[in-house]
Order: sequence, then C-alpha cells, then structure tokens
Amino acid sequence: MATALTILIDGLSYASWLFIVALGLTLVFGVLKILNIAHGSFYALGAYAAATFVGWFASMKFAPEWSLVAMLLAAVAVAVLVAPLTERGLMRFFYGRDEVLLVLVTYALFLVLEDVTKLLWGANPYYVSEPYAMFGNVEIGEQVYVGYDFMLMGLAVAVGLAVWWGLNRTRQGKIVLAVIHSEEVAASMGVNVSRVYMLAFGVGVFLAALGGAFTAPLISVQPGVSVGVIIVSFAVVIIGGLGSIEGAAIGALIVGLARSFAVHVMPQAELFSIYIVMALVLMVRPEGLFQRIQARKI
Amino acid sequence: MNPVADTPGAGGREVLLRASGIEKRFGAVVAASGLDVAVAAGERVSLIGSNGAGKTTFVNMITGYLKPDTGSIVLGGRDITRLDPRAITRLGVARSFQIPQLFPAMSVLENMLVALACHGQRLSFWRTARRADAVARADALLERFNLAEHRERRVAELPGGVRKLLDIAMALTAEPRLLLLDEPTSGVSAEEKFPMMEIVMRALGEERMTVLFVEHDMDIVARYADRVIAFYAGRIIADDAPAVALATDDVRRYVTGTLRPDAAPSQE
Amino acid sequence: MTPSSPPHAPRVASPTRGGLVSLAGVLLIVALVVAGAFMPKWLTFLLTMAASHGLVSLGIVLLMRGGVVSFGQGLVFAVGGYAAALAFNRLGFTDALGLAVAGGVAATVVAAPFAPLLSRYRGIFFAMLTLAMSMVAYGVLVKTSALGGSDGFNMGRPTLFGQALPDARAGHVLYGVTIAFAGVLALLARTYFDSTRGLVTQAVRENELRVEYLGGSVREAMSINFLLAAFAGGSGGALTVMSLGHIDPNFSYWTTSGEFVFVAILAGWQSVLAVFVASTLLEVVRSFSSLYFPNTWQLSLGVFLLLMIRFLPRGIGSLWVDRGAKGDRA
Repeated sequence: MATALTILIDGLSYASWLFIVALGLTLVFGVLKILNIAHGSFYALGAYAAATFVGWFASMKFAPEWSLVAMLLAAVAVAVLVAPLTERGLMRFFYGRDEVLLVLVTYALFLVLEDVTKLLWGANPYYVSEPYAMFGNVEIGEQVYVGYDFMLMGLAVAVGLAVWWGLNRTRQGKIVLAVIHSEEVAASMGVNVSRVYMLAFGVGVFLAALGGAFTAPLISVQPGVSVGVIIVSFAVVIIGGLGSIEGAAIGALIVGLARSFAVHVMPQAELFSIYIVMALVLMVRPEGLFQRIQARKI
Repeated sequence: MNPVADTPGAGGREVLLRASGIEKRFGAVVAASGLDVAVAAGERVSLIGSNGAGKTTFVNMITGYLKPDTGSIVLGGRDITRLDPRAITRLGVARSFQIPQLFPAMSVLENMLVALACHGQRLSFWRTARRADAVARADALLERFNLAEHRERRVAELPGGVRKLLDIAMALTAEPRLLLLDEPTSGVSAEEKFPMMEIVMRALGEERMTVLFVEHDMDIVARYADRVIAFYAGRIIADDAPAVALATDDVRRYVTGTLRPDAAPSQE
Repeated sequence: MTPSSPPHAPRVASPTRGGLVSLAGVLLIVALVVAGAFMPKWLTFLLTMAASHGLVSLGIVLLMRGGVVSFGQGLVFAVGGYAAALAFNRLGFTDALGLAVAGGVAATVVAAPFAPLLSRYRGIFFAMLTLAMSMVAYGVLVKTSALGGSDGFNMGRPTLFGQALPDARAGHVLYGVTIAFAGVLALLARTYFDSTRGLVTQAVRENELRVEYLGGSVREAMSINFLLAAFAGGSGGALTVMSLGHIDPNFSYWTTSGEFVFVAILAGWQSVLAVFVASTLLEVVRSFSSLYFPNTWQLSLGVFLLLMIRFLPRGIGSLWVDRGAKGDRA
C-alpha cells in the first residue's frame, strides 16, 4: 500500500544518489564537451572501492560510524587514482574531435573498465551492510522508512550546495564557468584550459565514485551495475539539459519521482517511464529544461 | 532618383526580382531599412558597402536563409518572402558563398554530380551516380569553368581560387534565373581576380543570366556590373550605373573611402 | 589561373566496374553457401550469427554515411526478431525467407512514424534519441508478460519452401538462407551506395547546408536511410531468432546496440564487405573468449576499438577502398 509520502520519499532517495552521479556527468560535458559512457564505470569503481574500504575499516575494528569515512575515502581514492590516468592518458588524445566520436571513445573505456573491475574484484557480488544499519529506521505516521535514505538526501543537498558554491563563489569555480560558457574566449583571456579540464574531470569522477560509494550499501555490488546507472544518468542530463547544474537536480528529481511513481502505482511502466520522458524531452525541447547548448537540429 | 522606376540598363525588360519595403532588425542593429529594389531580367548588379552595411543580409533574405520583419520579395511574380532556401532554389535562385560551401572529402567531379543530382531531382536508388550521361554533363560544366584538370582531386586539397570557382560552378548547375554571388573574388589573389571573373562571366554564357554579386573590389565592380547598389547602415545610398554611383559623395564617404567622413558635402 | 588543359582520360566507366563487383559478390555468396555443406556445425552457426548481426550493423553504416550514428539499432533488431517469432508461434507462418522479410517489414513499419522526426536530428541528440527509443522498447518488452517478459520466449524450427528441415541439416539450411539473404541485401546496399541517392547521402554528411541550397532535401535523404536501416536491422533480427530459437528483450538493450555500433565503426562506411568481415571478427572473438578468456574479452574489444579510432578511423574497409584519407576527419 503506497502512500503519497512513500512515493515521495522513495523518489527523493533515488533522486539523491542519481543527482550526485548526474552532476558529475553534466559537469564533464559542460567543460570537456564529452558525454562519458564510462561515467557509470566510475560509479561502479566507487561502489567496489567502498566495499573494500569499509571491509578494511571493519577488520581494523573501527567503530561503525567510521564506515562513512571509509566510503568518502573510497571515492577520493578512485578520483585521485583514476581521473588523471584517464584524462591525461587517454581522453586528451581525442580532444577536439567529433562529439559522437568521443562518446565512442568513452564506450571503449567502459568496455575496458568492465573487465578491469572484474579482474580486481572478481565476479561475485559484494555487500556493504554496516553503514546501512547505522541510521536505523524512521517512523512517520504509520510507515517506517529507512534512515539511510534520509542521509542520502542530506548528502545530495550538501554536494549540490558545495558544487554550487565552488562554481559561483570561488575564483577557480568562476574560471570553470567561463570555460563552460566559451572555452575559446576563456583561453584567449589566459585561462589554462588544460588545467580546468583536469579539474573538471577529476570532480566528475569523484562525484560518480561518491554516488557509487554511498549507494553500495543499498545494492549488491557486482559486475554490470555500471550498465544500468549510465543509462539512467543519460536520461537525467538530457532532461535537465547538458552542462546545466540546476538541470541535473531537476532532472534527477523528475526521474526519481517518475520511477518511484511507476514502481508503486504502475509497475508495468517502471522501466520505460524514464526513457519515455527522455524521448519526449528530446522531441519537444532537445536542449533540456535548462538550456545550455543548442541542439543540433535541422 | 527613383530606384524602382528608373532602373538603369533595364531598357524596358521585365522585372525579375522585386523587393519592397524590406525591414530587418537584429535587436538594436538595423540590418535593413526601407529597401526597395527592382532587378530586371538580364541585369548584372553589384551590391557594395562596407562590412555590416546590409548587403549579405539582403542576399540572405532573397535566398530564404533570413526572413524580413516586414516587406516582400517577389520573384517573377511569385512571392518568395516566407519560403525556405530549398523551395527558393527550386524556383530558380542559386547562390555561391563567400566561404566556398563544398563537399571536402569528395572529388571535384563528385561535387558536380551531387549538384546535378540535387537540381535535376534525378535521384535513383539504383542507377549509379557515375552514369555516362551524368558524368558528361558534369565534365561539360567543369570545362566551362576551367576545372577539368582538377576533376579527380579531392576538394580539401584544392587551392582557394579553384574552390571558389567550383562553388560558383555548382550554383550554376541549377540553370537559375537569378544567380547570387557572395564576394566571388574575396580570398583570391590580386592577379587571379580578373581571370577568374572572366571565366565566370564567360561561363554564364550568352543567356544574359540575371546576376547579383556582392563585391568589395571596385575595379571588378566597374568592369562587370551594369548597375551598382550601395548599402550603408541597412539603407541603400546609391542605385545607379557604376560610373555614376561610384562618384556620389555618400558612396565615396561610406563605401570606397575616397572621401573623408568629415569633409564638407559638395553641391548636390 | 592556368589555361584550360585537355580533360583526363575517363576512369573505367563505373557501370561496368559496378557490374564486376556485383558478379564477384554473387560468386562469393554462392561459394560461401556451398562451402557450408563442408563446415562443422559450430562454424556455420558462427557465420550465421555474423551475417545476421552484420545486417544490423549494415543499417548503422547506412546512417553513418549520412553523418549520424544510431545508438538504438537494437530497437529494430528486437522488433524484427519478435515479429518473426510471433508470426511463427501465433500465425503459423514458418517459411524462413518469408520470416526474414516479415521481420524487415515489421521493423520498417515501426520505424516509419519516427523517420521524419529523427531526420531532423544530428550528433549527440540523434544518438540519445535513438538510444532512448530502444530503451523504451526494452522497458515495454520486459514488462509485457504476454511476450514472456524478461525471459522472452522460444521459437521452433522454420521451414523452407514448404519443406520441413531435418535435424541434421537444419543448421546448414538456415546458414544458407542467412548468407544468401544477407548477401542479396549487401549487394543491394552496394548498389544504393553507388547510386545518386547514395552520393547525395554522402554529401549530406559533408555539408548539409549546401545540399539544401542545391535543391536537395536532407530530411528526405535521412528519412529514407532510416527506413532502409530499419529493414536491414529487422531482417537481421528475424534471421538471428530463427537460428537461435529464442528471443528476449535484451535484443533492444543499449549494450546490444553498442556492439552493433562497434562493428560499424570497425568496418568503416565505405565497404559493405568490411561490415560482414568485422561482424565475423566480433563473433570469433566472442566465441573464443567465452571459452578461453571470459574476464578479459570486453577489455580486448575496448582496447581494439580505441586503437581503431586512433589509427584507422575510417575502419578496416579503408584498407582496401581507394579513397584518399589523409588528414580528413574521422
């Protein structure tokens, strides 16, 4: 029996981790003009790393609260290790090429990372349970909700504010905004675009891994998680508008709530509800709800 | 002087293109204001003016790339103001481009074959593009433009002057009633300009096709135009035979730069 | 400006050259079909899959020649497959050739309403819209229990010209049907590529603005390509289902579409033969990998794709098609 509140909380919880991940995806597109299929793989790496770090902390007899730190460290570790390697070691050889070609490059990267995670962690699923239990349950009226979900919502808000503040209130952030707006003009004004690329890509990977790390307790971490995540993330950034921060938030909300509504009320629509919205947005307003780039249309 | 009624060189020929009351603004920028132009069949008209004066905007409105805010454009009695570029092309208007718009990875011959296919609507799912008759027609056109020697070369490898010629040659495949040339000699070296225009004008043949060409080189204008229309800030400031138009104060002041802007106006 | 010089001697008149290519193609098809009688079962199955999948990738190549990449070809693959399987199970229509055509027609009919819309999109947006459409289909198929939901359903053995296919020969006959059908479509595709419409399609990829200013219709060209790609993909789906005996919603999943795109990129958009060579390569890698290196075959594909994009951006077809490729964009 699904009440409106259940649908809402379920939707918001789903939207929370989705927002964090999509934010990274849209940021990378905004700055580097790359629609990164491997973004889902970074999510998976974050989830796997979280499983490992949480396991380490547990085996070292740290208190359960430290598992949150473990997850955060996992995301940082993934970003620090993977982002420079990927951006400097692969992506930069294809900068300036056709945007669809870049998608294909990221598709190849996705294929590679699928097997890399299998080689590093094996094919069996991991379960990260400690953090989930930490937050207990919350009773609202007659329904019981999982505390972890509310923590996720808080995390999403915190991340959103942090990124917003970082972009709009710091000098480095404004430089990033300038590059998003017009790379040519920024470069001609002396901005080191190469460094902005590295920074943006690093933050993008971090956000994907963060989303993965903090979602790990909710899922079974196994090969293939990246596949579903990337496609939903695409839907979010298309709906919200490629390169738009607000768009990632609104898009995540729409997708989260649509999915939640479908799951509880109309299960037949669960899977395609998201993609119908994505297709409709592409047909009616391809720039997404928050126009950043013009759709290539005739 | 009434540009519409006293069209020099028309000699009583029918009006092919009539633009009336054209207005076009981009925000605060006036791209066209109060344009009234009538071009008779067979005229060779040069559009001159400094950058941003409104000549290219005018051309773009004729070809349908832009739509005027108010006013109408009539081609041979048919109102073309709101039509899209493809429809206007099919009504007999062709244009060349300031920066040649070609198919870079394809050969010169293939570029011509595409142009012929698009115009003639001889589109087939199975008949090969390199049919003997199509190739013969393409070769004939290339011959008229001195492009035959480049037949198999990829366009991306061609020098600028050759690309401009090909751009114009492709426009001509449509056998248009009205040909618009957008700065045909821009980017062409000084010693090549006249030979190039000779080739173009000769290729236009004896049909006395109606031609509007945007030009900055006044020697070219003086040599090849029957009539000059000068633009400044979206308005027409002169519309007359070249010798007359190029000598007017406004044209000297705002287009050719041979009269300093602050010099006192001479007697009208 | 150099004075006019005599025109070059014309190349071998293309209709004759085209005729030679067609003849060679027919001979190759016949040779392959005949050779099938002497091949081990695993090989005929592998080549059957290579050919039927190759048709789907051929559809993508058709679109790539016009300058767009479809990430949703799985949609027509699935529609063709489900149509064939349903026609077999529910309508009792069992002829293999007929089912292949039925799959193609069904996919074309489903694609038709979307062709005018899709013909207006390019780049990322075309890719994303086709992707979204194929994922909508996936979502619908998974939740449609009448079609077996996420498990899909099985299909029996088709007949050919009224004859039932005995156990020992069924694989070989379906191989022959698939090779022949794919071969005919390949030859038709080659003819289309060389036709005036094919040339205009290439021009659209190069400079669609100029095509419009020459009086050509970009939207018409792209719509037609989309429909032709749908037929190829749909018949490929039908042929796949017939040999596989089973269909499920994964036919429409984005990773399936991704593999077809992989083959198309590998092949390049100049040579039709290259598409089937590339498709065979993928099938070979797929078969042997599951035996010998199950945990690294995606890695190999990924690395291979990267090397292709970096060093052979026009695909393996560029190795034998005589188009100059220096300095051109991929």
